[in-house]
Amino acid sequence: MKQFKTMAYPYIVWICLLIVLPMLLILVYAFTKTGNDVATIKFSFENFGKFFSDAIFLDVLRRSLIIAIATTVICVLLGYPAAYIIANAEGRKKVMLILLITIPTWINMLVRTYAWMGILQDNGIINSLLGLIGLGPVKMIHTSFAVILGMVYNFIPFMILQIYTSLTKMDKSLLEAASDLGANKVQAFLRVTLPLSIPGVISGITLVFLPAVSSFFIPKLLGGGQYVLIGNVIENQFLTAGDWNFGSAISLIMAVIIMISMYITKKIDKGEAMEGGERK
Amino acid sequence: MKNKKIFSKLFMICLMIFFYMPIVYTVVFSFNSKKSLTHWSGFSLTWYEKMFSSRDMMSALWTTISIAILATIISTVVGTITAIGLSKSNKVLKNIVERINDFPIMNPEIVTAISLLMLFSALGVQKGYITMLLAHVMFCIPYVMLSVNPKLRSLDPNLADAALDLGATPWQALIKVIIPQIMPGIVSGALVAFTMSFDDFIISYFVTGNGVSNISILVYTMSKRINPSINALSTIIILIITVVLVLINIIPVLKKRGGVKE
Repeated sequence: MKQFKTMAYPYIVWICLLIVLPMLLILVYAFTKTGNDVATIKFSFENFGKFFSDAIFLDVLRRSLIIAIATTVICVLLGYPAAYIIANAEGRKKVMLILLITIPTWINMLVRTYAWMGILQDNGIINSLLGLIGLGPVKMIHTSFAVILGMVYNFIPFMILQIYTSLTKMDKSLLEAASDLGANKVQAFLRVTLPLSIPGVISGITLVFLPAVSSFFIPKLLGGGQYVLIGNVIENQFLTAGDWNFGSAISLIMAVIIMISMYITKKIDKGEAMEGGERK
Repeated sequence: MKNKKIFSKLFMICLMIFFYMPIVYTVVFSFNSKKSLTHWSGFSLTWYEKMFSSRDMMSALWTTISIAILATIISTVVGTITAIGLSKSNKVLKNIVERINDFPIMNPEIVTAISLLMLFSALGVQKGYITMLLAHVMFCIPYVMLSVNPKLRSLDPNLADAALDLGATPWQALIKVIIPQIMPGIVSGALVAFTMSFDDFIISYFVTGNGVSNISILVYTMSKRINPSINALSTIIILIITVVLVLINIIPVLKKRGGVKE
C-alpha cells in the first residue's frame, strides 16, 4: 500500500504555501517597521511598544477582554441549563431540540446579526413592546449590551452543543450509584454530573471566547462606528490605515492572549479535577 | 417536580424565541411595503423586485453559490486523497500535517484572513474571485480531513491489500475498496466544507478585491444604511439553507424506508 503515500505530497506543498508561509509573514511584519525592503530587514519591537504605550489601544484591549469574558460567562450560565434540559429530554424531543439549536448556526452570521440591528432600534420591536407596558424607550442599539447580546446570540449554540455532547456521553449508572449511596438529586448533580461535564464546558468556552475576542463585525453592526474592539483595530490597520506591520503585531498580541487564556482555562480544569480526586 | 418541568419548558421556549426572533423578523420585514425596519405598513414584493433587479445582489449570490460549490468539490477531493495518502505515511509526517492543519481551525479567523491577504500581496496576485476561491479551499480542506480521518482509522488495512493480491491495480483498489468504505466521512466533510464556505465572511472580506463580493460582504457593506432588499436576500438564503437541511434530514429516513420495502 506504500504507493498511496505520494498522494499526500501535493497537499504538503500546498500547506507550506498557504498556511505556513502566511503565518511567517505575520511574524516578519510584526517585528519589522514600515518602509523596510526585504534586503534590509531589521528586527524591532517598535510595533509592540506603540501598542502598549498608547492608552487608547490598551483601553480597546481591556474592553475587548471584558466583552469576551462577559459573553462567555453568559453563554455558560444560559447554555448549561439548556444543554442539561435537552440531554434529559425524551428521544424524539431531544432530536427535535438539537435540530432547532443547529438550524440558526447554518444561516449566515451577518444576516442574523443584521436582523438584530432592526430589532434593537430605539423604535424597534422590543421598545414598542416595552412601550405597551409603559416602559422605555430604552437605548439598546450602539451600546455594550447590544454587542454582548449579538455575541451571545451568535456563539451560544456552540456552547450548548459541546455541553450536550459531554452530558450524553456520561454513564447514567453513575447517578443511580450516587442515589443508592444516599446522595440526593442536588448532591448527585454537584458531585457527579457537573464534574463529568466540565470537559464539555471547557471546549464550549474555547469555542465562544475565541470568536468573541476577535470579532469585528458584531461590534461594528450593533455597537456602531464608534464602538471599537481589538478586531476593529486590526481591520482598520489592514484595510484603511494600511500599517500592516502594526496590524500584524496586534494580531500576534491577540493570538498570545488567546493562547494564555486557553492555558489558564485548561489549568483550572485540571486543578478542579485534582481537588475532586482529593475529596474522595 | 411539576414546577421544575414547567420551569425548564419555559426556559426552552424563551431560548427558542431568542433564537428565532431575528430570523422571523427578517422574513416578515422583507415583505414590508415601506422602507422601514421597525414599522409594518403592509404586504408587498417591492424588495424582492429590487433585489432581483440589483446587479450587485445577483452577482453576490452567484459568487457565493459558485465558490461554495467549487470549494466543496476541490477541498473534498484533495482532502480525501491527502487523508488516504497520510494514513499510509509515517507517523511523524502525519503529525506535522495535522498540526499545521490546526492553524486555520484554531486561529481566530481574522488572523488567517490577514495572513492570506499579506501572502497574496507579497506574491503580487490580483485579489478577486480566484484568491477568494483559494482561501476557501485552504480553510475547508482541514475540516474535510477531520471528518475523513476517523473513517480511515477504522478501515481494515487488509482489505486494500487483498484487492491488490487479487489483481486489482492500486487505482481500482482505491476507487472500489477504500473510497466506498469511507464514503460517510467524505459526505459529512463535504457538507461541512459547503456550509463553511457559504457562510464565510471574515476571510472572504480580506482576500477579495476588484469588486467581487459574496453575500456576507454585501450585507456588511450595505448595512450602514437601511435597505430592506437585504432582508429579501436574507430570506432567500434562509429558504435555501432550510430546504437543504430538511432534505439532508429527510433523505436518510426515506432511504431507510425504501430499504425496508425491498
